[in-house]
Amino acid sequence: MSRIGVFICHCGENIAATVDPVKVAETMSRVPGVVHAVDYKYMCSDPGQNLIIEAIKEKGLTGVVVAACSPRMHEPTFRKVCAESGLNPFLCEMANIREHCSWVHEKSDITTDKAIDLVRVIVEKVKRNAPLYDIKVPVTKTALVIGGGIAGIQASLDIANAGHKVILVERDPSIGGHMIQLSETFPTLDCSQCIMTPRMVEVAQHPNITLYTYSEVEELDGFIGNFKVKIRKKARSVDENLCTGCGVCMQKCPRKKIPSEYEAGMGMRTAIYIPFAQAVPNKPVIDKDNCLYYLKGKCKICEKNCPAEAIRFDQEDEIIEADVGAIVCATGFDVLGTDSFPEYGYGKYKDVITGLQFERLASASGPTLGEIRRPSDGKEPETIVFIACAGSRDPAKGIEYCSKICCMYTAKHAMLYKHKIHHGKAYVCYMDIRAGGKMYEEFVRRAIEEDGVNYIRGRVSRVYEQDGKLIVKGVDTLLGSQPVEIEADMVVLATAAVANTGAEDLAKKLRVSYDAYNFLAEAHPKLRPVETNTAGIFLAGACQAPKDIPEAVAQASGAASKVSALFSGDELSREPVIAVVNRCPPPVFSTCEGCFICEQACPYQAIEREEIKTRDGKLIKVVAKVNEGICQGCGTCVAVCRAKAIDLQGFSNEQVYAEVMAL
Amino acid sequence: MKLGYYPGCSLRGTAREFDESLLAIAPGIGLELEEIPDWNCCGASAAHNLNRELSLALPARVLALAEKAGMEEVLVPCSMCFNRLAVTRHELLEDEELRKRVSDIIKMDYQGTARALNILETLGKLFDEGIEDKFVKPFDHEVACYYGCLIVRPPKIVQFDRYEDPQSMDELMKKIGAHPIDWAFKVECCGAGLSISRTDLVAKLSGKIIEDAVHRGAEAIIVACPMCHANLDMRQEKVEKLKGKKYSIPVLYLTQAIGLALGLEKKKLSLHRHMVPVVFPPREKPAIESKSKTKTGKVAGQVEE
Amino acid sequence: MAEFEPKIIAFVCNWCTYAGADLTGTSRIKYATNVRMIRLPCTGRIDFMLLLKAFAQGADGVIVSGCHPGDCHYTAGNYHARRRWILFRSLLDFVGFDTRRVHFAWVSAAEGAKWAQVVNSVVNEVRELGPFEDYQKLARVGVE
Repeated sequence: MSRIGVFICHCGENIAATVDPVKVAETMSRVPGVVHAVDYKYMCSDPGQNLIIEAIKEKGLTGVVVAACSPRMHEPTFRKVCAESGLNPFLCEMANIREHCSWVHEKSDITTDKAIDLVRVIVEKVKRNAPLYDIKVPVTKTALVIGGGIAGIQASLDIANAGHKVILVERDPSIGGHMIQLSETFPTLDCSQCIMTPRMVEVAQHPNITLYTYSEVEELDGFIGNFKVKIRKKARSVDENLCTGCGVCMQKCPRKKIPSEYEAGMGMRTAIYIPFAQAVPNKPVIDKDNCLYYLKGKCKICEKNCPAEAIRFDQEDEIIEADVGAIVCATGFDVLGTDSFPEYGYGKYKDVITGLQFERLASASGPTLGEIRRPSDGKEPETIVFIACAGSRDPAKGIEYCSKICCMYTAKHAMLYKHKIHHGKAYVCYMDIRAGGKMYEEFVRRAIEEDGVNYIRGRVSRVYEQDGKLIVKGVDTLLGSQPVEIEADMVVLATAAVANTGAEDLAKKLRVSYDAYNFLAEAHPKLRPVETNTAGIFLAGACQAPKDIPEAVAQASGAASKVSALFSGDELSREPVIAVVNRCPPPVFSTCEGCFICEQACPYQAIEREEIKTRDGKLIKVVAKVNEGICQGCGTCVAVCRAKAIDLQGFSNEQVYAEVMAL
Repeated sequence: MKLGYYPGCSLRGTAREFDESLLAIAPGIGLELEEIPDWNCCGASAAHNLNRELSLALPARVLALAEKAGMEEVLVPCSMCFNRLAVTRHELLEDEELRKRVSDIIKMDYQGTARALNILETLGKLFDEGIEDKFVKPFDHEVACYYGCLIVRPPKIVQFDRYEDPQSMDELMKKIGAHPIDWAFKVECCGAGLSISRTDLVAKLSGKIIEDAVHRGAEAIIVACPMCHANLDMRQEKVEKLKGKKYSIPVLYLTQAIGLALGLEKKKLSLHRHMVPVVFPPREKPAIESKSKTKTGKVAGQVEE
Repeated sequence: MAEFEPKIIAFVCNWCTYAGADLTGTSRIKYATNVRMIRLPCTGRIDFMLLLKAFAQGADGVIVSGCHPGDCHYTAGNYHARRRWILFRSLLDFVGFDTRRVHFAWVSAAEGAKWAQVVNSVVNEVRELGPFEDYQKLARVGVE
């Protein structure tokens, strides 16, 4: 038998001015099932809340309806009151007679009638409310971080320092990402490697972090708090436990002319290689596509010369299985190559390079030891043209967005060039200058005013080679669109930042959404930038969108804090407004027919298949089952179910139909 | 190979060498051409500057006539005609309303089955395995292949070759024994229709093209378009006056170069009609030092030691 | 004789339209009193039998409103609702139901003014169409 208590709030004059609360309360008291109906000036106040507490106790209420403001305001308030009085909070609901009634209509009988209708609707619903309890899901307190660039490293350190275990998986032979390729970082001109290598070492030595390099995520299963991941640790062909990182193998390897990925093609490496001197871990890898042994069965010079006898040609890939509770995706970005630009030579001019390649030239550990030299003939360039927005903001190239970091690094490159070659001429051909961060504008001003970099506003239509020089054809729009032709020794393209290779495949494995550019999608662009729509998977760094180092670090720490919050209890508590597939006694077991339309309709893939078997293991039927950990409670499955076998707790069919019938 | 043939106004007028040399080489390379009966002018730049419907109706009529004659593919040597026919077909197939309107104007129902082919892709199809044997007098010269603007643009419509650095003509020239150079002005503007109204601009723009070709050691410029030919050949004198240099670099239609390689006579290929005499002085010293240090593919002008 | 005032029932999604209607209230924008809102977590939850139930109960018009496509709080619920609506509308049309009595809208949480507009326009339109008794009578036949 329902014993509903109805409380009509005046909300001062907000409701009382247009709606007659006394009349509403009086009408409600005559509704079957309602045993207590009063009105009061301010229900949310202490005395107001006390009214509810006392009524629950004295009248043994089985449900409470507060007719006042929007539930989006005070539902938690009143639910808490009920919970504290011993009444299940989900037996308390609010009728919105303020935003939806008193505030939008004039004072009249019609308005009061409407208020009565609105309260009546909620009363009928609450009569059919069932008590619901928060769902508890166990949590494995280990985090998986995918990607070992600055964002992945930061996230790993933060989570590990909070006392939780971290598994860090990196595809390349060493962690470091793109940041370790940079020479100096804006706006401070800090040496990138100097600030990064300590972090990399910290990751390697941290007791809570397990580092798997030259590894990739193979498969992911499970749900928040309970993921099962399979990691493929690719074969290095080197026994890491025996190898001392002495480097003799690299010195002896006869294959020396392989373009180095770390040098962005500006330098060479050997077939057995450590990508760079400060690599973490400092253990080599054999590039099977270029090693003479793997190609032709010959050589083996490294094996013969290794003092630690660490070479293992027969080493195979290893699959490592792990249980994790949360995942941080920090897979970073890539940049377009010069071959994406027909108007700048289809990549055939050696002296037309990308910004990343320029970083390697400028870097003290680079192929030219930090001297800016033309790749073609090794001479110092007297004139360099930097072309900004190469590919970005260009619908014709299919990239409409701004890559964010290029204005800053172009200014930086121009400055570094001028610092190294004082008499050199630097031109920057730009569309706009975007320097919005802290100390960024001052940095660009410094390039223009102190270092004498020439900024020409106008796009470059063509670059071609003539007599060993590069002719750059651009325009100066600030001088009335005058054509400009510059004879340069080198051209640096600030190419667009794009999603890293394999981003789409990884997103599909993780079941995370991604956009048309293969950047991973955040849950809400403004308020939830580090979460995805997949519960338990977080984002950090440029895999979400191009960004600079301070933002990547901030986002990584943000993601780490979300993970720490997730790990703060032994169990995860979730709101029980979720769908449930019915179960009933044998021989029916469930009215679900196993058509699994709900499985396809669910935006969160929260529907699983459950096999109902006899005691002997014989299969009777396969029915749908809702995963409590994932279901968000949207109710789409309820509407598509043909047999009405699935229902939404809190908005069940019975409840909603009752609401409609009350009108 | 049998194709429909649309010469257009220039090939029967100022660019008759193109027509004559094409018809001269056709039997030698296995090409049979059937001219579209009662063809009209394509409208060129004049029509599309003045009236949109006219600019579509004129080429549409040509294509509709081809359709009526049962031709599926039509060779259109002139780049402007080719461009107009290709663009018209594209626009009418995209917009049903427009197609109906234009069909109404020309009083023929244009279905879109007849397609224009440009000279480069046609020759590309014809020059298959073993064609080199037919070239009894290989065209052993350094050549600069000039494509002009209309064969490769707009890329989305003509969908032909790399639009900043096309290679199709270069490949054809290689097959006839020529040595195409890598140069920077393959698709740069020659001044086009300003040939008469602003000859000074044509001199400037065409001048850059000729200068680059000669500088990189070309002995001839090969073209596939009557307008290109006019500006580079007929206006070469003006260019020389502007630049204060003597170039005397012959400008040949690719069909003429092919004809010479096939062993045909100069007169048959109408080489005598050109303004700049088609003569190739013997090469004593290596052509201009354009040894570019940057990697640009095969750089011509370097004599094999 | 009192002028006919239509009874409109609105099925709205919690995250967008309900919030939008809240905003209408907070902005004190006045609109017609004829509408009664039923809160649901998502328009995807709406089984269209609910709409028919509403008509059987005496509604003269129904509004279904949710988040704009692409903005659904549950990512895809409103797409399902939209697809269902397209099918349902053809079905209603086929059986001779006046589809002007059912109105489908997208109102986001920021569109307080739009909600008022939607309500007012639907109320006006349904007022012109008059009371909807046919379906009610049909529904009752089964019961009695």
